[in-house]
Amino acid sequence: MLVKYIPVLVMMLVGIGFGVFAVVVSSILGPSRRFKVKRETYECGMPTEGATYVQTPIKYYVVALLFLVFDLECVFMYPWAVHYRKLGLFGFVEMLVFMVILFVCYVYVWKKGALEWE
Amino acid sequence: MIEFWTILIIKTLVAFAVSMLIVAYSTWIERKVLGHVQLRYGPMRVGFHGLLQPIADGVKGFFKEELIPDNADKPVFLLAPIISIGAAITLVVVIPFGDTVTIMGHKIPLYLADLDIGILFVLGISTIGSYGGMLGGWSSGNKYGVIGGLRASAQMISYELPMALAVISVVMVSGTLSLVGIVENQAGLWNVVKQPLAFFLFIICGLAEINRTPFDMPEAEAELACGFNVEYSSMKFALFFMAEYCHMFVFAAMVTTLFLGGWYGPLLPGPVWFFIKTFAIIFFCVWERSTFPRYRYDQVMELGWKVLLPAGLLNILLTGLWMLVFNI
Repeated sequence: MLVKYIPVLVMMLVGIGFGVFAVVVSSILGPSRRFKVKRETYECGMPTEGATYVQTPIKYYVVALLFLVFDLECVFMYPWAVHYRKLGLFGFVEMLVFMVILFVCYVYVWKKGALEWE
Repeated sequence: MIEFWTILIIKTLVAFAVSMLIVAYSTWIERKVLGHVQLRYGPMRVGFHGLLQPIADGVKGFFKEELIPDNADKPVFLLAPIISIGAAITLVVVIPFGDTVTIMGHKIPLYLADLDIGILFVLGISTIGSYGGMLGGWSSGNKYGVIGGLRASAQMISYELPMALAVISVVMVSGTLSLVGIVENQAGLWNVVKQPLAFFLFIICGLAEINRTPFDMPEAEAELACGFNVEYSSMKFALFFMAEYCHMFVFAAMVTTLFLGGWYGPLLPGPVWFFIKTFAIIFFCVWERSTFPRYRYDQVMELGWKVLLPAGLLNILLTGLWMLVFNI
C-alpha cells in the first residue's frame, strides 16, 4: 500500500537536492564583490523610505478565514464525489441541503461586504 | 528488490530530466512566441533560431554574483527558492505520461506513481509551492517583496477554491481520484465534452495559480518592480522561474489528464499524444499572455470570489442532476 509513495519520496529528494545543489554551487562559482550600497534594499535606485513591514490590510485575514470555511467544504465533497454513483438520489439531496446552508452563509458574507476590495 | 529500485531510480531520473528539459524549452517557446506575436524574432543568436538559449541562460545563472541584502532574513531567504523548486519537481511524480509499455520483457508503466489520491496530491503540493514565493517575498526585507508575497498568497487561496470545485465535478464523472483512473475513464469520450464549464473554470483558475499574465499580480512589474523575487539574484532567482515554468508544465499536464483524454488518441502512440496536448496548452498559456492586459488586484479577487466560486458550486449541482436524471 505505502509502496506507492516511495517514488514520491524519491522525487521529493531529487527536487530538494537540485534546489540545494543550485544554491550552493552558484554561491561558490559566482564572484563576490560586495560593498555597502549593493547590500541595501533595492527599490528602483531610490533610497528606501519608511518601514518595510507595514500594517497589512484586514482584507487579507478575512480572505484567509473565508478560504478555510470553503476549503473544508471542498474536503467534505471529495469522498462524496467519488461515491456519487452509488449514493444516487440520497446523495444528491444530502448535498443539496448542505449547499443551501453554505449558500446562505455565502450570501451573508457577500452582503456584509467581506468580498469587496476597494 | 534490486530490480524494483533500479527501475524506480531510472524512471525518476528520466522523468526529472524530461521535465527539466520541458521547463527550459518552455522559456524558449515563451520568448519565441511572444517575439513573433510582437513582430520580432525573439532569441536568434545562440544556436539555430536560439535553440541553445535556455542552456546558455542556465549556465550563466550559476556564474552570477549572489546578493543577500542586509535587511533579509538569511535562512528563510535561502530556503524559499528551494521550497519552490522542490514542490514543483515533486508534482511531476504523479503525471501519467502514457500507458504501460514492455521494454526487454519488463512491463513498465509510464508514470512514476499512481496514487489513490492523485488529484488531491497535486492540489496539496502545488499549494506548498506557493509558500516559496510567500516566504521569499517576506524574508527579502523589501516593501515590494512583502506586498508581492501577500498578494501571491491571497490570490492562490482565492483561486484554489473554484479549482477544487471544478476538479470535484470531474471526480464525480470519473468516480475516482486516481489520475490514471481518470484518464482510463476517458477512453470513449473526453471530459471536456462532459464538463465544459469545469474545463473553463479549471483553465482560468490554473492561470491564476501559476501567475500567468492576466493574473500576474504577485510580480506585476509596473507596480511592484518584480514582486516577491525582487531581491533575488543568480541561481536563486532562476530557481523561482524554473518552479514557475514547472508549475506551468504540470498545469498543462493536468488539463490534458483531467479534460483532454490524457494519452488517448488515434494512430500515434500514447506518450506522443500526451505531449502534443500538453504543448498545445503551454502554447495557449503564452498566447493568452500576449493577448490580455493585466487585471487590477480588486478585479482579480472579485472574479474569484463573486463569479468563479458560485459557478463552480452551480456546476457541481448541474453535474449531479445530470447524472441522476440520465442515470450515467
